[in-house]
Amino acid sequence: MQQGAVLEMRGICKYFPGVKALQNVDFTLRTGEIHALMGENGAGKSTLIKVLTGVYPKDGGEIHIGGVDGAAVIRSPQDAQNAGISTVYQEITLCPNLSVAENMYIGRTRGMGTNWKKMNQGAEKILRSLGIPARAQQQLGSCSIAVQQMVAIARAVDMECKVLILDEPTSSLDEQEVQKLFGLMRDLKAKGVGIIFVTHFLEQVYEVCDRITVLRDGQLVGEYVIEDLPRVQLVSKMLGKELDDMADIKSEVGGAGVSREGAPVLEARELCSSAGIKPFDFEIRRGEVNGFTGLLGSGRSECVRAIFGADHVTGGSVRVNGRDVKIHKPLDAMKQGIGYLPEDRKGDGIVGDLSVRENIILALQVMKGFFRPFSRAQAVAFADEYIKLLEIKTASADTPIKSLSGGNQQKCILARWLLTDPKYLILDEPTRGIDIGTKIEIQKLVLKLAAAGKSVTFISSEIDEMLRTCSRLIVMRDRKAVGELTGEDLTQAKIMATIAGGDEA
Amino acid sequence: MKKFLALILSCAMVLALAACGGGNNSSNGSSGGPIKVGVINNDPNESGYRTANDRAMREMFTEANGYSATFYNNNDAAQQIATAQQMIQDEVDFLLLSPASTTGWDTVLQDAQKAGTQVILFDRMLEADDSMYVAAVVSDMPAEGVTAVNWLADQGLSEYNIIHIQGHMGSDAQLGRTGALDEKVAAEASWNYVTQQTADWDEATAKTITQSVINSGKSFNVIYAENDGMARGAVAALDEAGITHGVDGDVIVMGFDCNSWALEELAAGRWNYDGQCNPFQAETIHGIIQDLQKGTSPSQKVIYTPEQGFDAKTITADDVTKYGI
Amino acid sequence: MSTPVKDPKTQVKRPDESLFKRLTRHQMFIPLAALTLLVLFNLIADPSFFAVSLKENSLGNPVLSGNLISVLDNASELVILAIGMTLVTASSGGQDISVGATMAIAGSVILRMVCGGQITADTLHMPLILAVLIGVLATMLCGAFNGALVAYFKIQPMVATLIMYTAGRSIAAWINNNELPIMNDLTFKYAGTFLPGIPVPTPIFITIFVIVVFWLVLKFTNLGLYTQSVGINPNSSRLNGINPQAIKLLTYVILGVCVAVAGFIRVSRSGSINYSRIAENIEMDAILAVALGGNALSGGKFNIYGSIVGAYVIQFLTTTLYKYEVPSTALPAYKAVVVILLVVLSAPVVREKLSQVKKAPAKTAKEVS
Repeated sequence: MQQGAVLEMRGICKYFPGVKALQNVDFTLRTGEIHALMGENGAGKSTLIKVLTGVYPKDGGEIHIGGVDGAAVIRSPQDAQNAGISTVYQEITLCPNLSVAENMYIGRTRGMGTNWKKMNQGAEKILRSLGIPARAQQQLGSCSIAVQQMVAIARAVDMECKVLILDEPTSSLDEQEVQKLFGLMRDLKAKGVGIIFVTHFLEQVYEVCDRITVLRDGQLVGEYVIEDLPRVQLVSKMLGKELDDMADIKSEVGGAGVSREGAPVLEARELCSSAGIKPFDFEIRRGEVNGFTGLLGSGRSECVRAIFGADHVTGGSVRVNGRDVKIHKPLDAMKQGIGYLPEDRKGDGIVGDLSVRENIILALQVMKGFFRPFSRAQAVAFADEYIKLLEIKTASADTPIKSLSGGNQQKCILARWLLTDPKYLILDEPTRGIDIGTKIEIQKLVLKLAAAGKSVTFISSEIDEMLRTCSRLIVMRDRKAVGELTGEDLTQAKIMATIAGGDEA
Repeated sequence: MKKFLALILSCAMVLALAACGGGNNSSNGSSGGPIKVGVINNDPNESGYRTANDRAMREMFTEANGYSATFYNNNDAAQQIATAQQMIQDEVDFLLLSPASTTGWDTVLQDAQKAGTQVILFDRMLEADDSMYVAAVVSDMPAEGVTAVNWLADQGLSEYNIIHIQGHMGSDAQLGRTGALDEKVAAEASWNYVTQQTADWDEATAKTITQSVINSGKSFNVIYAENDGMARGAVAALDEAGITHGVDGDVIVMGFDCNSWALEELAAGRWNYDGQCNPFQAETIHGIIQDLQKGTSPSQKVIYTPEQGFDAKTITADDVTKYGI
Repeated sequence: MSTPVKDPKTQVKRPDESLFKRLTRHQMFIPLAALTLLVLFNLIADPSFFAVSLKENSLGNPVLSGNLISVLDNASELVILAIGMTLVTASSGGQDISVGATMAIAGSVILRMVCGGQITADTLHMPLILAVLIGVLATMLCGAFNGALVAYFKIQPMVATLIMYTAGRSIAAWINNNELPIMNDLTFKYAGTFLPGIPVPTPIFITIFVIVVFWLVLKFTNLGLYTQSVGINPNSSRLNGINPQAIKLLTYVILGVCVAVAGFIRVSRSGSINYSRIAENIEMDAILAVALGGNALSGGKFNIYGSIVGAYVIQFLTTTLYKYEVPSTALPAYKAVVVILLVVLSAPVVREKLSQVKKAPAKTAKEVS
C-alpha cells in the first residue's frame, strides 16, 4: 500500500450482462483528503462505489484498507461498514418517522435492549461536536433536507469510519446548506477521514476537493491534484474530447429561438389550476424558445403543468393556432401537438420496468389509440432511430429503462416526445442531475428544434443555461408571474432583480 | 373530546343497567312479553339440509309464535362463540345452538349458566357435561351411520370396495357417518377402502376424488358419500366414465340428507340408498321451551329426531314428497 | 459524444453467462420447471398416471379419461381466473380475493335464469347463451364495483374486494331465494362435461378459446402496455395520456368476465350449486398461479402465459396428491410444502444465488488451470 493511503482499489473489474461496467480501475484515497470522483453518467462512478460498499460483488481486482494486512473482503454493506467505510447516498436512506438519535443508532445496537437515555445523550454529543443544528429527540422528517443529510453523515462519522462516501449529497441543497455541508466535510478531513465526493457540480469540486479521479466508459482516465487540472481540461477529460466553447452554442445554431414572428402557436389567458397558481397569461410563437424562471416553489412547474393539463385546470382559456381548445387532461394537450417532459424524471417520467423501446414509443402509441398497437417492426424501427439519433447508451432496446443512467433515461423521455413530432415542447428541468456533456447536447437540441420551427418552453434552475437557450423569460414569484424579460433585459443581474422583486419596490 | 367520551360511556352504562333490569324480569318468566331467543346456526347455504333446517327455525321462532329471536349463521366456530357470548350478554332467555365444532364451548356454557340463560342444542352435539344445557335435539349421527352400514351389509356383496367421501372433517355428521363405516371396515376382511378422502361437502371435489380413483384403474363397487351433493358429484364422474350405478348397476351409490332431488334419483333407481337426516327440530324445541316456561323440564336430556334410511327398491312416491327436503 | 455500446470492444460475451443462467433468469423457468418435475415424478413413480383411455359414458358418447385429461379439465376454471387475476395484479398491484364469491354469484344468476326461478327444472327456461351473458353482466358489475373502489377511492385491492368476498356468497344465495336450484337439462351440462360425440371435455375447449381471445386482445390492443405502464408508474402513465383509473377499472371488469366464464363451467359440471362451497378458496389458488408464473404480486410487468402454466401446475399437484391418496386431512399441508418450495425458488434472491452456485465451480476450475 502507498504511504498515507487509507484505501486502495487495484484493477477493479465489474461486468453486467452485455456491458463492462468497470475495467481495471485503480483508485487511491489518502487520509485526510477530499477526493472527487468524476465522470459522465454511465462512466462507472456509482458502480465503483457499489463495489466498494459491497452492494455489487466485484468480478476482479483487490481492495486494501489502511491498517489491515492483505486484501479486504467486502461481500455486503455490513462488511463495508465493519471495515470503516460509510456511505451517504443522494436520496436520504434514513427513516423520516424516527427520531434523529434513533436514525443514528438504528441497526447498530447490540442485543435486544436499547438504552434510550444513553443513545440520546450520545447522539446529542455528536450533533454538537459536528455543529449540526438538530436535537437528538427531534423527528428526522421535521428537519430540512440538508440537516437530514448531515444526520446521515453524523451517523457515518459515529461509526468511526475511515472512509466516507458522499454520493451526490448536494443536489437537493441550496447554496447556504451546501456551505454548511462543506464546513462539516472540512472538519472531518481535519480529523483524518478520507472522503470520496461524487457530484456533477464542477464549482463544488474546485471549492472543496484536493484530488480528482476521472472515469470514462468504465475505465480510469487518471488521478489529478486539483491545482493541476483546470476546469476546461477536467470537462474534456470527462467527455474524452476537446470541448467547444460552451457559452457559444446559441450562435452555433444561428440565432435560433428568438423568433417573434407570426401568430402564437399557443395562447393561454387567465389560466389557473388546482396546484394553486395565480391566473397567468402566456403565449409562444413558432420557432420560439421561452422559459419560466423563479426560485424553487415559485410556481414555474405548476404553470407548464396547467398548460399540459397535468394538474386540474380550474379556469382560463387556451387557444392553439388561433382556435379555442379545451385541455382537461394530458391526452387533450398531446392531441394538440404539445409534449411535456416532467420535472421529476423518476416519479413522472420513466416507466421504470418497461424497456427503453416501450418507453420511447409510449406517448405516440397512446396518441394512436388503444386498439391500434404498433407492430413490433414499427416499434423497433422507431426506438432504434431515436436511440441512434440521441446516442442513448443502452445495452439494447429491450433493457429496462431503470437500469440506464439518469442522462440516458432523460434522453429516452426526450425521444418519446420527439417521436410524437410535437409543435410545442415543454421541458421542465431536462438537465437536472445529468452530466455536462448531455446537458450541452440537450441545450443544442432545443435550439435545433426551434430552428426547425418548433416552439419550446425550457425550465431550468441554472440561470445561465436559460440565458443560453431562451429568448424570453417569464419570472415567477410566489406562484405568480411577476415579469417578462426579453432581448437586452436577458441578463443574470436583471433576472435576479426581478426574482427578488427589487424593481417593484 | 374527553367530555364526549364520558357521555358515551355513561350512556352505555345506563343502557347496560336497563338491559340487566329487563333481563331479570324476563327470566322470572311471568312478564308475558315475547321470549327472547338467540339462534346460532351454520351457514344455510352449506347444503340443502342446512337450508331446510335454517328455514324451519326461522319460521318457528317468530313474533307470531311469541318469540323475539336473533339469528346468526356461520360455519366458523370462533365466530359462533363470539356471537354466543354477545347474545348471553344481551340476556336472551334461550340460546339455541348448532355448534360448528364440538369443542371450545366451555366458557360460553359457563357464562350462560351464570347469566341464567338456558341452552338448547339442536342438530349438533358438543363435548360438555350434560348439566350445562337443558336439552339437545339432535339427529343421531352415529345411528344414521349404523343404519346405513347395516343396510349395506344386507346387500350381501362378496367384497366391499368402497370409495368413502367424507364431509367437513370434525363435524358431527362426518364423525357419526364415518364412525360406523370405519368400524365395519376394520372388522370385516371383505370390506376395504379404495379411497377415503374429504370433499368438504363439495360436489366438485367429490367428483375429482372419484375421477382420480377411476383414472387409477382400481376397482370399486360402493360409493359412500356423506351427503347428497357429494354423492351427486361422484355419480357425475361415474357417468362420464360410463360406469353403471344404482339398482342393477355395478356401483352402489349411497348418500345422506334426503334432499327431494336425491330421493327422486333413488326412486328412478340411479342411486341405491339415502339416509335421512331430519332437519326439522324446530317444533320439538318449541315444545321444550313451552314446557320450560310452564316449569316442566324435558324428560330426556338428549332428544333424537326420528330418522330412517331409504332403499331405492322400496321407496314410494309418497316417501319422496313426505321426507324430501 | 461517447462511444455507443454496440461497439465490439464494450460488447462482451461473457463465458459465465451460460445457457443455464439465462434459462434460470427467464420468467417462465420456475413454472415450467415445476411442471417438468411433477411430470418426471409421476413418470418414475407410476407411468400409468399418464394413461389416457377412450371410454363410453353413460349416454353412449365416447369420452377420453385419465389423469392427464382430469388435470386439463379440472384446471379450466383456475386457468381462466388466473388470466384475469394477472391483469388485475399488474394494473393495481393487488389481488381480487372475491373471485370465489363472485363465481358463486355468476353460477347463481345463470342457474336462476335457466331454471326460471324453479327449484328443479328439466328444460332450459331461457336460451343458454342469454343466461350466460346475463351472468357475465352480473360479474362485470361486481368487477366494476371492486375496480371503482380500487381505482377511484384508492382502497387497497385486498381490502376493497374483501367486501365482495364477505357478501358475495350471501348475494348468490339471495338471488335464488336461498334455494339450491338444480338444472337437469343435458344441454346445460355440455359446457361442463362433454359435447355429444366429442371425447374431450368441453372445459378444455373453453379454456383454449379464452387463452386465444386473450392472446389476440394482447396482440391487437394496447391492453398489455397500458396495464403494465399503469402498474409500474401511474403518474407517468397519466402524463403520457393514459387514464390510470380507467385502466384499473377495466382490468377488474375483465376479471369479472373471466369469473363468469369460470362460474358457468363450474355450475355446468353438475347443473347445481352450493353457495358456500362452490369454488371455495379458489381465489388463493388463482393468486398463487399468478405468483408461480413469475409475476410480481406488487404489479407492473406481467406474463399471462406464466400464470396459465402456474395454474396447471397447481391442478397437476392436486391431482397427483389425490392419485397417491394423501390422507385428506394432510392434503393442505402437502400442498403448502410444495407451494412454499416453488415460491421460494421463484424469488429473485434465490434465483440469483442459484445461478451463482452453478457459476462458482466453473470459475475455480479455471483458476486452477
